[in-house]
Amino acid sequence: MAIDPAQPQAQSNQQDIEQIQQLLNQFQHNLPLSSTPYADMASQLGTDEASLLSLLKTLQDEQIISRIGAVFRANRVGVSTLAAMAVPKDRLEQVAEIISSYPAVNHNYEREHHFNLWFVLTAQDSEQLQSILENMQQKTGIVILSLPMEEDYHIDLGFPLQLISNNLQGGEKND
Amino acid sequence: MIDERKLIAELQKGLPLTSHPYAEIAERIKSTETEVLEHITLMQSRGDIKRMGIVVRHRKLGYTANAMVVWDIPDNMVDELGHCFGQFDFVTLSYRRPRHLPDWPYNLFCMIHGQDREDVLNNLQLLITSCNVEHVQHSVLFSKRCFKQRGAYYVYKDRQKESVSCN
Repeated sequence: MAIDPAQPQAQSNQQDIEQIQQLLNQFQHNLPLSSTPYADMASQLGTDEASLLSLLKTLQDEQIISRIGAVFRANRVGVSTLAAMAVPKDRLEQVAEIISSYPAVNHNYEREHHFNLWFVLTAQDSEQLQSILENMQQKTGIVILSLPMEEDYHIDLGFPLQLISNNLQGGEKND
Repeated sequence: MIDERKLIAELQKGLPLTSHPYAEIAERIKSTETEVLEHITLMQSRGDIKRMGIVVRHRKLGYTANAMVVWDIPDNMVDELGHCFGQFDFVTLSYRRPRHLPDWPYNLFCMIHGQDREDVLNNLQLLITSCNVEHVQHSVLFSKRCFKQRGAYYVYKDRQKESVSCN
């Protein structure tokens, strides 16, 4: 029987994918709070610390993981708001660029609606937030709708495994 | 005393990929590993930290479509429906926000993800049926262009370098 050189490669890819699934499934929350969290995670995953660190580094380089850290509840640390503007179509790029240039803005999206520019603004306190909003309105001449979160109904456990597993094999996504 | 703001900034940047990441953070903010770990536990118990873990990028996993779906819900039903929306796998946030009449009548926002537009709309239909909101006025705001996206910096230095990117 001829040796198929593709076979071992395919097998190891499958193992890698299973390991990544397991990693993401278990540790999008409940990161160990110990002196050696990566070693503890590795032992739970049946691998060693060095291999896990190198896998995490790869996933970070490939931008599948943005970071390993804390997700803070909105408005618990500092203040934030979701802001919307109805920007005339021919000014959208120019206004979006102005808004993105503020360090306090972390998301800025065009959406399909009369209110077509949506961004999230964070600041240390509500006075600072208010003064940034006023400054933006002055610079752009467009009224801003500020819609701060009042109640959070979603329990964040990370992105669910079955959604992730369907897509790990999809290769490079470019958007 | 630990400097909470400095700790938050480090936890938002992300843990270093080294054997003793909490000790490394402690060194950066002139604290101790024990203090750092205790303070993270405290912020978790206060609910300031929702989770500690790996933060993935949906888009890189093929979930490139998303719609913010906004609803005009009677005030006495908003808690119940907010919880109902928040339980779905494909929903990544479910928030009550103020109305701004007359321009903006919507008081409940949820973010629905999917692999494409159709997938998002199918998920929305499932949510509508499951939570019995067939007759509630709502609007679907698909995302088009991303002008900027990064983690929130609640603590930032005056002249921090701004990277404008979308994943």
